[in-house]
Amino acid sequence: MSTATPPPITPLTKKDFQTDQEVRWCPGCGDYAILSAVQAVFPELGIKRENFVVISGIGCSSRFPYYMNTFGFHTIHGRAPAVATGLKLIRPDLEVWVATGDGDALSIGGNHTIHMLRRNVGLKVLLFNNRIYGLTKGQYSPTSEVNKKTKSTPFGSLDRPFNPVSLAIGAEATFVARSVDVFQGHLKETLKHAAAHRGSAFVEILQNCNIFNDGAWFSLTEREARSEQILQLEHGKPLVFGKNRDKGIRRKPDGDIEVVQIGNGITESDLVVHDSHHPRPSYAFLLSHMEHRPGFPTPIGVFRAWDDLPRYEDVMNQQIKDVIAKRGVGDLSKLLHAGDTWEVR
Amino acid sequence: MAIEPRSLGIEEFIQKRDQESMSTATDTPLSRIKPEKIDQAVIRFAGDSGDGMQITGSQFTNTVALYGNDIATFPDFPAEIRAPAGTLPGVSGYQLHFASADVFTPGDSVDVLIAMNPAALKVNIADLKANGILIVNSDSFGENDLRKAQMTVNPLEDHSLDKYRLFSVELERLTRAALEHLGLDAKSMDRCKNFFALGMCYWLYNRSMESTGRWISDKFKNKPLLVEANKLAMKAGYSYCEATEAFQISYEIPPAKLAPGVYRNLSGNQALALGFVTAAQKSGLRLFQGSYPITPASDILHELSQYKDFGVTTFQAEDEIAAVTSAIGAAYGGALAITTTSGPGMALKTEAIGLAVAVEIPLVICDIQRGGPSTGLPTKTEQADLLQALYGRNSEAPIPIVAPATPSDCFWAALEACRIAVKYMVPVIILSDGYLANGAEPWKIPNIEDIPEFPVTFATEKNSPNAYLPYKRNPDTLARPWAVPGTAGLEHRIGGLEKQDVTGNINYEPLNHEHMVRIRAAKVAAIVQDIPDIVPTGDDHGDLLIVAWGSTHGAITAAVNAQRAAGRKIGHVHLRHLNPLPANLGDVIKRYKQVLVPELNMGQLLWVLRAKYLVDAIGLNKIQGRPFKQSELEQKIEELLGV
Repeated sequence: MSTATPPPITPLTKKDFQTDQEVRWCPGCGDYAILSAVQAVFPELGIKRENFVVISGIGCSSRFPYYMNTFGFHTIHGRAPAVATGLKLIRPDLEVWVATGDGDALSIGGNHTIHMLRRNVGLKVLLFNNRIYGLTKGQYSPTSEVNKKTKSTPFGSLDRPFNPVSLAIGAEATFVARSVDVFQGHLKETLKHAAAHRGSAFVEILQNCNIFNDGAWFSLTEREARSEQILQLEHGKPLVFGKNRDKGIRRKPDGDIEVVQIGNGITESDLVVHDSHHPRPSYAFLLSHMEHRPGFPTPIGVFRAWDDLPRYEDVMNQQIKDVIAKRGVGDLSKLLHAGDTWEVR
Repeated sequence: MAIEPRSLGIEEFIQKRDQESMSTATDTPLSRIKPEKIDQAVIRFAGDSGDGMQITGSQFTNTVALYGNDIATFPDFPAEIRAPAGTLPGVSGYQLHFASADVFTPGDSVDVLIAMNPAALKVNIADLKANGILIVNSDSFGENDLRKAQMTVNPLEDHSLDKYRLFSVELERLTRAALEHLGLDAKSMDRCKNFFALGMCYWLYNRSMESTGRWISDKFKNKPLLVEANKLAMKAGYSYCEATEAFQISYEIPPAKLAPGVYRNLSGNQALALGFVTAAQKSGLRLFQGSYPITPASDILHELSQYKDFGVTTFQAEDEIAAVTSAIGAAYGGALAITTTSGPGMALKTEAIGLAVAVEIPLVICDIQRGGPSTGLPTKTEQADLLQALYGRNSEAPIPIVAPATPSDCFWAALEACRIAVKYMVPVIILSDGYLANGAEPWKIPNIEDIPEFPVTFATEKNSPNAYLPYKRNPDTLARPWAVPGTAGLEHRIGGLEKQDVTGNINYEPLNHEHMVRIRAAKVAAIVQDIPDIVPTGDDHGDLLIVAWGSTHGAITAAVNAQRAAGRKIGHVHLRHLNPLPANLGDVIKRYKQVLVPELNMGQLLWVLRAKYLVDAIGLNKIQGRPFKQSELEQKIEELLGV
């Protein structure tokens, strides 16, 4: 478990995490599914309700705290990671989750996102990626595909999109995962993995915006497409995908990867075995980038879960303890009298 | 009268020096000349930004402060760390006014100028009094040095300095001569020349080299050769004056009659840091500082980062926005949270400060003002962020403002801001400036026990039968309760969206919004109950009232004292609280025929006073990156009074 807090006496239920506030997302929004998964997972974490804090920025996803019956803070656009960092430094005992979106975390708040990840602050970050600005009614986002026609780009967008997983791994995040709003079982499992991670846990959740970007992820989520287009990552298991589980990812002699058809002498033992605990990020980065290559699937699941790096709040508070152990608890009167003093009689 | 410049015989000096022991002890040798007693002096050290003028000045300051003189200092340095050596923009200066009576300003003009090169001479000579002492490093007046300072003739030779007492000293040659036996390279020896000059000043003012000797030992404790070199250079400077009878006069400024107590020398930024540590103890909260380096505020971060043994958490954030928002997060978690910056950083923090207003969370924001707009004059002082502090946020977002008046007053301003923030659950802005931040003065160290506590009580119980209501207010202060995460049963949500009073639920209803805007304003206005009525210094009614704020305090006090001594009926109100203003300010203003508002801006407090009190106040405005001179204020006072 990610905190040392003793488990609650009365087991909590999903209902304990629901608020009396009317949920104001559009009917059919993928955010409902994410909310439901989080409310289902929180009671299973063995953490007292009062120790949960949900912090968000601005955007559709950032309304999240209002619907969670925990401590919640709806802050300003892009800044949730920084607010959460300050909270965690002072209160490492709390279980702090950040709800954010593709615009919030990767555009206006991109700087805070990468710095939170490099510091390895013990936060769980749920990035709701619908590849569009929803709350401002339909402009392209930093994850929108090139040539996206939106209200602000009637002739098509020109910017190359971010891959959030690649970005997080590039910032050397210690936990990076991806799940999908409509894959409830997978999403809950992924959230539990994130909860178990002590350092920064970054989860991209592919989410549909049925108003401004309907079908953003249909190529992955339509029943027909799922098994052909999606590679489910499982630690210790070979990288296999396809409706008939007959395709896999193999290392090439030059270190690159390739898609191979299983059979004709190629077996699962020839495939890459997923190692999410590898201390270096390069393998996970290679995985995160395969979806941009023709014929490759899109991985979901835990790309990277390397938990040997101390959390920022722990080293910060340890440094204070170390200085106190060395110097003793500060004496205010001595501090005010520090340096050269003189007495006037 | 023109004074013959004395160029001093180095051979004579070296001979005498060799006869003395080469001890590095910094005991003051006996001076052969009986010092003349005077009551004050202003000295300015000026040189290249690499010449160590700030260190030299602050060492001299410490020495005279320890001796018991009252002091005021004005460090004035370029924004560039190392502007091209020897050029006009690279000149760094440190001015000190020390006296045996109260000192209010660093002095309008200087009695002694130390100029390490032609550029320093050119930039500073206009401020030297006629017949003032001018010590120049004649080794740096070669053709090349003059060209870098854009001078065509050598001022040491063209009689342009005849109205001063010029002492042309071969600082480099003399320093090298003193250090030659140590085996240092020439560059390292030259770097000690500022201590040679400092030694000369100690002789001139009959001061002990002991505390600077201690400082050198500590500063270079891992480099024994440099300890020896710097001490020797300083001692050589002292001995040089002794041996050559260079000045033919030395001065003695007896200690000031300060109130009994233990004193230390304190700068504004140090004072803020100490004030925050004290406020944390008095409130029983942990101190959290979120900050991003910026001139002239960074020293607060440098200071507080040393105080981990007081449980202080300092977070150097990725940017100004993260600095303030991390502080908001820490405050949300129950810390005494501060963020420290200057004008450009304030601009970046603006939206987050609005969030703190909306969620009604305690936070202290320090704006150490500097010249602007934009990057402006990073190392120069200004008071032009007042209207930004008052109004610089979207919509109606009132914030209390506290303004320290002197460097050591920053300590009390920090305490006051923290007290207001936690009592009223509100962000508070402290408006200091570059002059206060880097200037120093003697500070009578208070007894810790005499500083009142302001313990904070977090909410622990539901405040209604069925629920915790995050915006249910204290009827006296209108503050909402502070319920920190981890408190069972008090789970609640806050945010920047408009909320219903009492419940805190999101609410966009028209009348609710108006109610919330008005109650946030009423809460800040209610702070006036904690602000004592102001009592003007000087005359409590009369011909002229001066209303001012911040770092202009010293110069105004000196000017008012001088003008009142000449029989003029003047009162002076120096506002510590700029929002809300003291309740009786309007009545006080009416007791005077005229109102003058001197500010280092285009008239920002003036604008507020004219709007609020419909008074035909007059501004005295200076926007030069420099503090007021006493004479500038006196001139304006005389102009208004028609004398």
